[in-house]
Amino acid sequence: MKTIIKLTRYGIISAARSRWILGYTAFFFLASEGLMRFGGDTSKAVASLLNVVLLLIPLVSIVIGTMTVYNNRDFTELLLSQPLRRSSLFAGQYLGLALPLTAAYLLGVGVPLLARMGSTDSVANTGLVLMLLASGTALTLIFTALALVVATRYDDRAFGLGAALLLWLLAAALYDGIMLAVIWTFRDYPLEMPVLAMSILNPIDLARTLVMLKFDVAALMGYTGAVFEKFFGTALGMSAAASALLFWILAPFGLGMKIFAKKDF
Amino acid sequence: MIELQNITKRFGEHTILNGINLRFEAGSVTAVLGPNGSGKTTLMKTILGLVRPESGAMFIEGESVLGGAEYRNIIGYMPQIARFQDNLTARELIAMIRDIRENPPGSREEELCAMFDLAPHLDKHLKTLSGGTRQKVNAVLAFMFNPQILMLDEPTAGLDPIAASTFKDLVLAERDAGRTVLLTSHIMSEVHELADTIIFLLEGNVYFQGASAELLASTGENTLERAIARLLQEKNQTLSPKTQHLSV
Repeated sequence: MKTIIKLTRYGIISAARSRWILGYTAFFFLASEGLMRFGGDTSKAVASLLNVVLLLIPLVSIVIGTMTVYNNRDFTELLLSQPLRRSSLFAGQYLGLALPLTAAYLLGVGVPLLARMGSTDSVANTGLVLMLLASGTALTLIFTALALVVATRYDDRAFGLGAALLLWLLAAALYDGIMLAVIWTFRDYPLEMPVLAMSILNPIDLARTLVMLKFDVAALMGYTGAVFEKFFGTALGMSAAASALLFWILAPFGLGMKIFAKKDF
Repeated sequence: MIELQNITKRFGEHTILNGINLRFEAGSVTAVLGPNGSGKTTLMKTILGLVRPESGAMFIEGESVLGGAEYRNIIGYMPQIARFQDNLTARELIAMIRDIRENPPGSREEELCAMFDLAPHLDKHLKTLSGGTRQKVNAVLAFMFNPQILMLDEPTAGLDPIAASTFKDLVLAERDAGRTVLLTSHIMSEVHELADTIIFLLEGNVYFQGASAELLASTGENTLERAIARLLQEKNQTLSPKTQHLSV
């Protein structure tokens, strides 16, 4: 554990000095500050930010994660020649990447949103902002883990980056198309539960659903919205959602560690 | 002392190390030579644990170490390519490796930094350093903990003549202090100057093992470069290993 903390610390120092992390923080800060300043309403700002968060966080996490692993390949070999266990090195590498990305997001979005929220803002709006921050954090942790799986599995940098982008495209866009095709094909059947299950299986859809339901607009989403609200409104539903997000973090992390443990460098 | 028993490593259908049996003695510099793709780097990486062999056993100082990590406490490795985490300074990198090794007493980093004239570069980011200066940092990392075993992969590539000369003196001093030194190099004059034993790998087999004088005598050549060329010519003619030198 001590070794993991040491490796994470050096990963964070290195990331904090790089331009991309500063740019990433600045982008979120300017977008959030601008939306809060000129939008004038917390829930409107969150609604606008939601789409940016759902597309940009997975993309940046998986691309930066993949490229960093490829760029550090020789350095990883140097570290592997030290008396380190591979599991510690993998965990340190993951945290050294995921934590700076998470911190950049939380600072960029959290600071302007929480600072500009007026005293008139309702408890519901606070919940909305916190859910946005939690969902973005989960997506960062998930897609950084997926990046490590891809970059550890494939030695070819171009192929690895292509695979990473394909994964992002699948989760961010293609999955919704598949869902729509399923809904259309089986439109004569009751689909609320299958759609609920499908939205849990994709972390981006799950994050979107969790934030959307905090908007209290489920009534506008018809019967399906009511089913979703009923499910996610319960302790069981929230536990299922949290478990699914945790699974999406731990499963690729575990898979990546397994590949890393057996890999020839 | 390092002992390899029947080490086999394949990448797909290619056998890179074909049941290798070798012994590297303490107080001796062994040069591992061979053409590109002969298995030199894979052999070094196997000893370091970077490559996992399909079969065989490895003993360091008499202990079985395959799959372990602790044994690397007594190994100093100098890779051929000196690329690091670019946003750290040289001083931070040295501190990081010291930190990972739990700050062992008797670290020689100050002495080695002075030896390689690294003081003006220690607080610069690694990405701003020249290839040669990075290689000097690499040398400091490999030697600073007084490791019992030194593994040097093309160590003087990129070093200026003064640093290369300092480096060679350092290697010979370590050998005289009883360390086990493994070296790969394409510079035959360097091999001649440093190596007590030569191992010539070809297509994953040990094609020759012995003293450099023995290699010169067996091939009838005056220089190592010509002796190696002669070995390759013989190989092409006979297409079978020179079995009289295979005893390990």
